[in-house]
Amino acid sequence: MHRHHRLIQRLLPGLLAVLAACAGPFPQTTLAPKSDLGFAIDHLFTGIFGWAVGVFVVVEGLLLFALIRFRARPGAPAPKPTHGHTALEITWTLAPVLILVMVAVPTIRTIFQTQAPAPAGALKVEVIGHQWWWEFRYPDLGVVTANELHLPVSRTVGLDLTSGDVIHSFWVPAIAAKRDVVPGHVNHIVFTPDTVGMYLGQCAEFCGDSHANMRTRVFVESDSAFNAWVADQKSPPVEPAPNSLAATGKSDFQHGACIACHTIEGVSKGVIGPNLTHLASRTTIAGATYPDDSLDLALWVNHAPQRKPGSVMMDMDLKPADLQAIVAYLMSLK
Amino acid sequence: MSHAAAAEHAQGGHHTSMGLDSRKMAFWAFIGSECLLFATLISTYLIYKGKSLEGPFPPQILNIPFTSFSTFDLLMSSLWMVLALAAVQRNDMKWAKIWLMGTAIGGLIFLGGQVWEFSHFVEHGLTLQKNLFGTTFFVLTGTHGAHVAVGVLWLLTLWWRAMQGKLTSKNAMTVEITGLYWHFVDVIWIIIFTVVYLIQ
Amino acid sequence: MSEPTGLKSWLTTVDHKRIGKLYFWTAFCFFLVGGVEALLIRSQLAQPNGHLVDARTYNELFTMHGTTMIFLALMPLSVAFFNFIVPLQIGARDVAFPRLNAFSYWVFLLGGLFMNASWFVGPLFHAGRLSVAPNGGWFGYANLTERQYSIGPNIDFWLLGLQILGVSSLAGGFNFIITILNLRAPGMRMMRLPVFSWMTLVTSFLLITAFPVITVALAFLMFDRNFGTHFYQVAAGGDPVLWQHLFWLFGHPEVYILILPAMGVVSEVLPTFSGKPLFGYTVVVYSGILIAFMGWGVWSHHMFSVGLGPIADAVFSSTTMLIAIPTGVKIFNWIATLWGGQIRFDTPLLFAVGFIAMFIIGGLSGVSHASPPADLQQTDTYYVVAHIHYVLFGGTVLGLFAGMYYWWPKMTGRILNETLGKVHFWLMLIGMNVAFFPMHFIGLLGMPRRVYTYSPDLGVSTLNLVSTAGAFLIAVAMLVFIWNVFRTRSTGKVAGDNPWHGATLEWAMSSPPPVYNFAQIPTVHSRLPLWNEPDSVKQKPPTGPIHVPGGSWWPMVAALGLPLMATSLVAHALWLVFVGAAILIFGIYRWGFEPFEV
Repeated sequence: MHRHHRLIQRLLPGLLAVLAACAGPFPQTTLAPKSDLGFAIDHLFTGIFGWAVGVFVVVEGLLLFALIRFRARPGAPAPKPTHGHTALEITWTLAPVLILVMVAVPTIRTIFQTQAPAPAGALKVEVIGHQWWWEFRYPDLGVVTANELHLPVSRTVGLDLTSGDVIHSFWVPAIAAKRDVVPGHVNHIVFTPDTVGMYLGQCAEFCGDSHANMRTRVFVESDSAFNAWVADQKSPPVEPAPNSLAATGKSDFQHGACIACHTIEGVSKGVIGPNLTHLASRTTIAGATYPDDSLDLALWVNHAPQRKPGSVMMDMDLKPADLQAIVAYLMSLK
Repeated sequence: MSHAAAAEHAQGGHHTSMGLDSRKMAFWAFIGSECLLFATLISTYLIYKGKSLEGPFPPQILNIPFTSFSTFDLLMSSLWMVLALAAVQRNDMKWAKIWLMGTAIGGLIFLGGQVWEFSHFVEHGLTLQKNLFGTTFFVLTGTHGAHVAVGVLWLLTLWWRAMQGKLTSKNAMTVEITGLYWHFVDVIWIIIFTVVYLIQ
Repeated sequence: MSEPTGLKSWLTTVDHKRIGKLYFWTAFCFFLVGGVEALLIRSQLAQPNGHLVDARTYNELFTMHGTTMIFLALMPLSVAFFNFIVPLQIGARDVAFPRLNAFSYWVFLLGGLFMNASWFVGPLFHAGRLSVAPNGGWFGYANLTERQYSIGPNIDFWLLGLQILGVSSLAGGFNFIITILNLRAPGMRMMRLPVFSWMTLVTSFLLITAFPVITVALAFLMFDRNFGTHFYQVAAGGDPVLWQHLFWLFGHPEVYILILPAMGVVSEVLPTFSGKPLFGYTVVVYSGILIAFMGWGVWSHHMFSVGLGPIADAVFSSTTMLIAIPTGVKIFNWIATLWGGQIRFDTPLLFAVGFIAMFIIGGLSGVSHASPPADLQQTDTYYVVAHIHYVLFGGTVLGLFAGMYYWWPKMTGRILNETLGKVHFWLMLIGMNVAFFPMHFIGLLGMPRRVYTYSPDLGVSTLNLVSTAGAFLIAVAMLVFIWNVFRTRSTGKVAGDNPWHGATLEWAMSSPPPVYNFAQIPTVHSRLPLWNEPDSVKQKPPTGPIHVPGGSWWPMVAALGLPLMATSLVAHALWLVFVGAAILIFGIYRWGFEPFEV
């Protein structure tokens, strides 16, 4: 008794730590669906999981029972050399078949239900995967942005997914499940988010050095908030105040290497990297990996490969004054 | 299965459970494996058929009359191979040498034809790198050609052994296996010829 | 009859028992290498934003961990047992083609060395780092692996290494098919064959049919990367998904290649330690055969997120669920074997039972993967990593350890220490569950796989730390095993012919067997000769000399040609391809014309 007490005392901190790990929050979980698609999948998985637990208990239980009941006892008679039993074989072949039917039927139903084409009137968004960032285009709304997706709540979305280079996978567990983005193919996800909130996602197909740093944030918002966001994204970029640091930054930008890769409406036309027209309206940068603030932007601009291994964007190595100007400009692009 | 009867055809006089020579059995297993190799190559050709983004395209390039002649040549060489085996089995080494060399020459003519045909294609702009047709065509027929070349080497080796007096009816199994290989390579060519040249 | 000793005798050996040992020790070393790679991976992931290794190194680590464990550890460990045990079980003196057997081993060794050389040759390629090890994942998806996106020689080392290893596997496959079909002792009908030998036969058929597919797929990639072809290139109208189809057409039969031998071991160990025959022998054998056939029809269940469309998804979902049935049937037959027995809990039995218990878990998570919509949340996450490790570690590794403890006396003449064996078992069982069970949660909570780090915001940091602890516990278990092996060499209990009272022919002669295996090839009349007719199969001293083939250098010489040819591609040295080919052809010719009596 005393021994057990001490054992529990020693194990308790570890146990509590593990339990604490179960407390959350879990912003990228698959188990708290917030869309019709997420819910349909979760419902299906719950059913399958139930069957799995049942089978687990029964089969492991039988195994355990056999091990305990039939352990060798000295002096016991030799076991009967049973070679088989046809009725038993049939039973334990048919029983799994029946269980699998209970899994297969809802599975096939859900496959067709969730892969139906987008209905007319769905919000169309093109998702283009790049190493290692996400490009989002709203063709009917004339909006181009990167890494952060905004969607109106309770409206069906039709994502058209492709890749600009290698195979990636667009995964937003709470609302959009997962679909690979394949160069030369256009894939689709159709879903209706049902709750306002911010949802995290991440690339889920190994795509090179910074696969781990290719993340996304999805903002599901009210109609008015969404429309305001759209209007903001469509508006021309903010003009920095004359003679301000941002103005210097803009001039540096226009005459620097940045224009080769980035688009700022009316300023530059590069298409290799993300569109920066409203960079400061986002909460994150660099594939949604770092916060969108001055410090992180400065680190990013000057040392992108260190912040994101393999980055196509090289070290800009700007002098401190120039760096400050560029960052000021970028931070002004709301 | 009578073990006494099984001993008849066994490997080197040893008893075998199936009554078949182990080397022949192994070779049939190898042919099975090779079927999957060529099935993958041919399937890829078919998957990409018609998908080239630019020419040259098959109808512009493939010369069916010429390739029909190479096909006929390869078929004939299979006949010489059958005759070579029959000669070895009856210990007629004079004719064995003739037919073995004949088969090898048939293979060389086929390969020569491939070389001529391919350089002709390259002149007309079809290379490995040009388009999907070039990519799949040359890798498929090149793999087959490599198999023919190995076969020619094998046949010439047997011919040389015969010239040295080291090939007799006791080695008939080796020649039979050579024949199996050669016929297999021929059958694969028939399939390739049909799929690539005839059905366009 | 005394066996030759010394280095030359090992380099030229064509004896299946020696080749089995060579396979075992080489594979075991690679298993440790793969284990170290795993520990580095887990150490990096113990904390979020870890920086034990950089991203590039991490990507090399997980690529090589997978490739090493599958091709250089688990498969060759199975082959070690095919080699040592199958001829004994079927009543033969060796395999059908002893020199081909040696060739398979040397090619395996050289292929493994070639691939792992990449860890150290970075400077030769001006890579700016020590390592140019493969870094595209063990599955090497195009078009990431195309030259455009994988510039250095890393992927070339990978694809060439695998091609070399493929030659080894193919050669072995042919050898064992003919051996099992053609060299059985009199009376050993197919339905009297021990289940391990049956599973070897089925696995060998899978090897010779699946490897040609990946050979072609890899050749296509090699051509794309080096000769300007367009098999997987979008710009020319090619499709990177073609790679996935070809890879998984190979890849799914491959997982059965990995599990069936271990299932064969379990089917031998359970009857021996229950004291009763395998329940449902015929059903177990036919299930294995059925699994092999059905395994060809499920490949796209690895591609449920690719966007094949609802019909393809539904078809492959159904075929995948169907294959669960023969698998489940085997498990029930194993439990029925234990049922009513007199179970002795020696270490081999513990590992065999561990296999069943862990494989049930892996199989059940596999069923959840079989449902495409559910799989969309599971694929490419740590949930899959949990699944594969429950079936490959909990399954294959535990099954192979069962085989090691079971057949160690037969192979070495000494029994591994029981106490250390039990410690090894429990540490390993607990360790693997601590390492891999949390991964189910880590995946469902949103952590993808193949990531060198993860955000602390995800909330999976503690679970990752726990998982890492489990990995190190497995490492401790391995140390116990290694210590056991070392100690047993000198102080292990000496084994008689049949220390476990097994029923099959490998227990009919001394431990280890004489070089000729059987002084008198027995005639069998049952599936369980050592139980049903022990006196007629008992070996007596030989009455005269028994011919045993001498050694040969040529298999090894021929094998040397292959890595030379491979090196020519990464080194861009055309002349080397001709040298390698010449050595290969020379070796084959000398081998072909060498006087050699089986």
